[in-house]
Amino acid sequence: MEEKYFGHSVPRKEGREKVTGRAQYVDDLAFPEMLYGVTVRSSIARGRILGIRFGEGIPWNEFTIVTAADIPGKNEIALIEHDQPCLAAEVINHPEEPIVLLAHPDRYLLEEARRAVQIDVEPLPAIFSIEDSIAKRAVLFGEDNIFKEYHLEKGDVDAAWAQADVIVEGEYRTGAQEQLYIENQGMIATANPTDGVTIWGSLQCPYYVHKALVPLFNLPAEKIRVIQAATGGGFGGKEEYPSIIAGHAALLAWKSGKRVKIIYDRAEDMVATTKRHPSRTRHRTGVTRDGKLVAMDIDFVLDGGAYATLSSVVLSRGTIHAAGPYFCPNVRVHARAMATNAPPHGAFRGFGAPQALFAVERHVDQVARAVNLTPEEFRRRNFLHQGQTTITGQLIHEDVNLDGLLDRAFRESDYYAKRERFARENPGATVKRGIGFATFMHGAGFTGSGEVYLASVVELEATPEGNVRVLAASTEIGQGTNTVFSQIAADALGISYDRIEIAQPDTGAVPNSGPTVASRTSMVVGHLVETAALNIKRTLVDSGLLCDACTEDEFVRACRRYIETRGPLRSRTQYEPPPGLFWDDKKYSGDAYGTYAWAVYVAEVAVDTVTFEARVTDFVALQEIGKVIHPVLAAGQIEGGVAQAIGMALYENVVWREGRMANGQMTNYIMPTAADIPPIRVFFEEHPYPFGPHGAKGIGELPMDGPAAAIVNAIENATGICVREIPATPEVLMEAMTEKAGALV
Amino acid sequence: MSETVSRISIACRVNGEPRRVQAFPMARLLDVLREEMHLTGTKEGCGEGECGACAVLMDGAIVNSCLVPAIQAEGTDIRTIEGIARGEQLNAVQEAFLECGGAQCGICTPGMVIASVALLERHPHPTDAEIREGLAGNLCRCTGYQKIFSAVVRACELPNEKGLGSP
Amino acid sequence: MRSYIPAYDLRVPGSLSEALGLLAREPGVWQPFAGGTDLMVLLEAGKLPHKKFLSVAKLDDLRGIEVTASDVTLGALTTYAEVQKHPVLQAEFPLLCAAARETGSVATQNRGTLGGNIVNASPAADSPPALLVYDAEIELISERSARWLPYHGFHSGYKKMQLASDELLRAIRLPRRAKPWRQYYRKVGTRKAQAISKVCFAGTALVENGVIRDLRIALGSVAPIVLRALETEDAMRGRIATPTVIAAAKETLAREIAPINDIRSTARYRLRVAQNLLEEFLSQLAK
Repeated sequence: MEEKYFGHSVPRKEGREKVTGRAQYVDDLAFPEMLYGVTVRSSIARGRILGIRFGEGIPWNEFTIVTAADIPGKNEIALIEHDQPCLAAEVINHPEEPIVLLAHPDRYLLEEARRAVQIDVEPLPAIFSIEDSIAKRAVLFGEDNIFKEYHLEKGDVDAAWAQADVIVEGEYRTGAQEQLYIENQGMIATANPTDGVTIWGSLQCPYYVHKALVPLFNLPAEKIRVIQAATGGGFGGKEEYPSIIAGHAALLAWKSGKRVKIIYDRAEDMVATTKRHPSRTRHRTGVTRDGKLVAMDIDFVLDGGAYATLSSVVLSRGTIHAAGPYFCPNVRVHARAMATNAPPHGAFRGFGAPQALFAVERHVDQVARAVNLTPEEFRRRNFLHQGQTTITGQLIHEDVNLDGLLDRAFRESDYYAKRERFARENPGATVKRGIGFATFMHGAGFTGSGEVYLASVVELEATPEGNVRVLAASTEIGQGTNTVFSQIAADALGISYDRIEIAQPDTGAVPNSGPTVASRTSMVVGHLVETAALNIKRTLVDSGLLCDACTEDEFVRACRRYIETRGPLRSRTQYEPPPGLFWDDKKYSGDAYGTYAWAVYVAEVAVDTVTFEARVTDFVALQEIGKVIHPVLAAGQIEGGVAQAIGMALYENVVWREGRMANGQMTNYIMPTAADIPPIRVFFEEHPYPFGPHGAKGIGELPMDGPAAAIVNAIENATGICVREIPATPEVLMEAMTEKAGALV
Repeated sequence: MSETVSRISIACRVNGEPRRVQAFPMARLLDVLREEMHLTGTKEGCGEGECGACAVLMDGAIVNSCLVPAIQAEGTDIRTIEGIARGEQLNAVQEAFLECGGAQCGICTPGMVIASVALLERHPHPTDAEIREGLAGNLCRCTGYQKIFSAVVRACELPNEKGLGSP
Repeated sequence: MRSYIPAYDLRVPGSLSEALGLLAREPGVWQPFAGGTDLMVLLEAGKLPHKKFLSVAKLDDLRGIEVTASDVTLGALTTYAEVQKHPVLQAEFPLLCAAARETGSVATQNRGTLGGNIVNASPAADSPPALLVYDAEIELISERSARWLPYHGFHSGYKKMQLASDELLRAIRLPRRAKPWRQYYRKVGTRKAQAISKVCFAGTALVENGVIRDLRIALGSVAPIVLRALETEDAMRGRIATPTVIAAAKETLAREIAPINDIRSTARYRLRVAQNLLEEFLSQLAK
């Protein structure tokens, strides 16, 4: 197959609409006779709802008012557990929990009305920390507040301590992080018993929303239709949350008989929707005198917030990545996702891996120090190689070369020269410079048997004009889905990129290709697109209308002929797992992922001792990703992920007060601006993955995993201070530097 | 409930055309553009003047339209993203964004294009520092800014119109 | 958008006298509204209880920058963008230009005004520390009077100022200095751009033969108002900035400021950094 488009930076499929402002996001869609909707939410973290009062001065008879009692089906958001209600009925379990919905044609009046609704509550004791949850200061879920627990065992950790010459312990913490897509969440809904429910919205997974609305309305699947509008960023924040806002818009539509639009403002979006799970990781690591890992005991805990949502899956990924890209014969990971009275935490790029990898990559620098090895030498002695097993016992088949990646990353970042220069220049300098790095991996696709369970389907359909439409539920959210699918299909069919049309993800029209998450869209779904495209061509060839080697004109003529004489020209492909993959759900062992992308990131920082501010001054991101599908899009993914991770490491602090995010404004939740982000230099290596399209691996989340540890390792190199939590704000650095200075006196 | 004021008539030029709308005096220019004039290219990202997604050019200067009350738009000359291209002929900034991958999800793009056009009006050949400062008021969550910087540099090299030109 | 927009009145007076007349006849009813970069943020957050505003944005009497031999007078409506462009301000009042440049973004700088910044009276404002170290005076006008007063002392407490309910801020006057003073401005924010300051420090000093003949120090975000560090100034006047003297000055500063814990930072951080900035400023004077 000629690679005319694959591997080249073709124009973004929907680029023109985006640069001219013509792309239609959900708030750009207007319909006649549409109502607006708002959500009345709890101001307390936990309690019983005693009553709802509607204040004076509002023409309530003009409003549509919805409470839990109006839900036609089950009051729950179907996801994994069924513990999260769509609207709180009797109890409140987190601040900003939705209780009452209001709709009215006047967007301004709605705000007055929202203010005028009083929820009478009887507060109950609430808990806000992992420690309080583990201690059962209040029991929110089950008998022990544990949403999910994993015990992963490899080898015999308890016996292995005896082989260790040195044992190093450390505790590492990461805070919550807001996805902060620049387009706030929004939905438009129509809903009635006859026609069913139709949703337009900002979302990543139309079939997740579909699945949640079925039991909410007690309607058959065919009566629910979910359509994705242009979506202004997701990063996981629009993976599961949209089911809630879609349900709300639909309930108002159902009761009012009118179309309803709900658009969150930024403050509401920040305080009420999901964030990255805060984490606490405790490492206890045994190494020999010459720096070989013999035992790793890892305790990994996530704060899940008030409802289970996706915490079990986030926990799973974190667990599997907890030991980093190293070989250790004896590993224990005890992982728990705990319930607290914060708004439920959820999917955010990386999905547990950034938390786990921050901890292990910080810890490994400490372990290296304890055995008098440089951070790089220690890692070299322990990197995973072909033929070794991961902590789930997965055999590494590919010829992974982390040593080679490390060499190259050091070369590109001028690591040794800089480290030496900084060490020489730092004494007496007000601004201390440092360089640090992290080595890591990210498993692409759903964990274990997840992809088999998803059973993704893609369809392709040829038109009489000789164009080919791709029908998939995979959404374009900026990462380049439309472009990548078009490249793949065009090459497979041997026709022009411009002849590929991507159908709007609409559950009424496209099959379920699975959610747009888990770095799976290019690798897993892209592979299905390729197969389906090849099948279209095969069908034409088998029908005698086309030769294998054909021109585009011949293809176009063959399509027309086929459709005229035989009817629709379609192909449908369903996911089949690569051969030889084996996963045991009960033992949590085996092949966790079809493949991993591998990376070494190097961060250069400057720490100002006058203001205690750290900033990243240069960044090198090197990764092995199978095959680069589109150089500009691939680099764009890495650059964007690194920028988000710089935010996570240094700037993005959620200030919690009684379980509520107190800094829910862009003024006070600090995302890096163009003035804060350094040059990010991206490099790729390619060892093709046999089961990805043209060898490509998934890369969307990888760049989130490494930067935080690289940056904090660099801060340690610059200043000697050992920070074990992020964000490493100037206040944190000041306290650590003061403590260190005090200790020296 | 509080007593209310009446809508007032506001006349201004938008993308070269005279427009007149009825709006409350403290209505946001952003909402007047999007709802009354159906120019939905300008976006709301934060409603507090931090993200720049609502940026437009008012009398040639970049402003955050979420912070401009409708009555202060009276008599002004406004350019939105819809007025940056000349029909189907894209501005150099837009061409460069396409070429360099400056847009991913696209929601910040209208404001970012406006900010880039305004920057190039002030500094036709901006330095790296001038680009960063000029765009610091426009937040992008997708790109990490790298390809937006490249696009601005590339726009300087392209032959198309870069600035506002004449309406 | 959290406010009920139809309840808000914003009127455009035809002239300055019409505006002053309204303020005189209905004191406390009308609040002046200039560029709106503070007030509109409050409106959108549902935190603007006052409902009647007078748009002063088009009143020519409040704009313009005038230079005489002895002063530079800036109309209250001077925007941050206009400040940065003015050659005399760049040359003789660079801290004001530095402050303007670090305020918000280019878009904010095109709309935000010095007058608005002053009467918004935030202790975290970026320009007031520069105005204080330049001995700024402000002109307040009403139907009954026009008076000049030193800007220092204008703010009497958190969000409290010597502005009568019928008065408008008309202008800010900066006396030009005969000799070149040293200049230092540093804003420490949450990020490099578009940040509310955690600590803001402005300092100017006249140094001759290593001796500090005179100086001014002003800080933002470390007290309920932007303040002049008068005791610290007194401690340094006539001295040479040796390490011992600087260390003592840092102690004096700690007594003068009252930083707090808030959503952006901690009292300990603010105190420490304010002292560090003082040290950085004074150390430069020793050179």
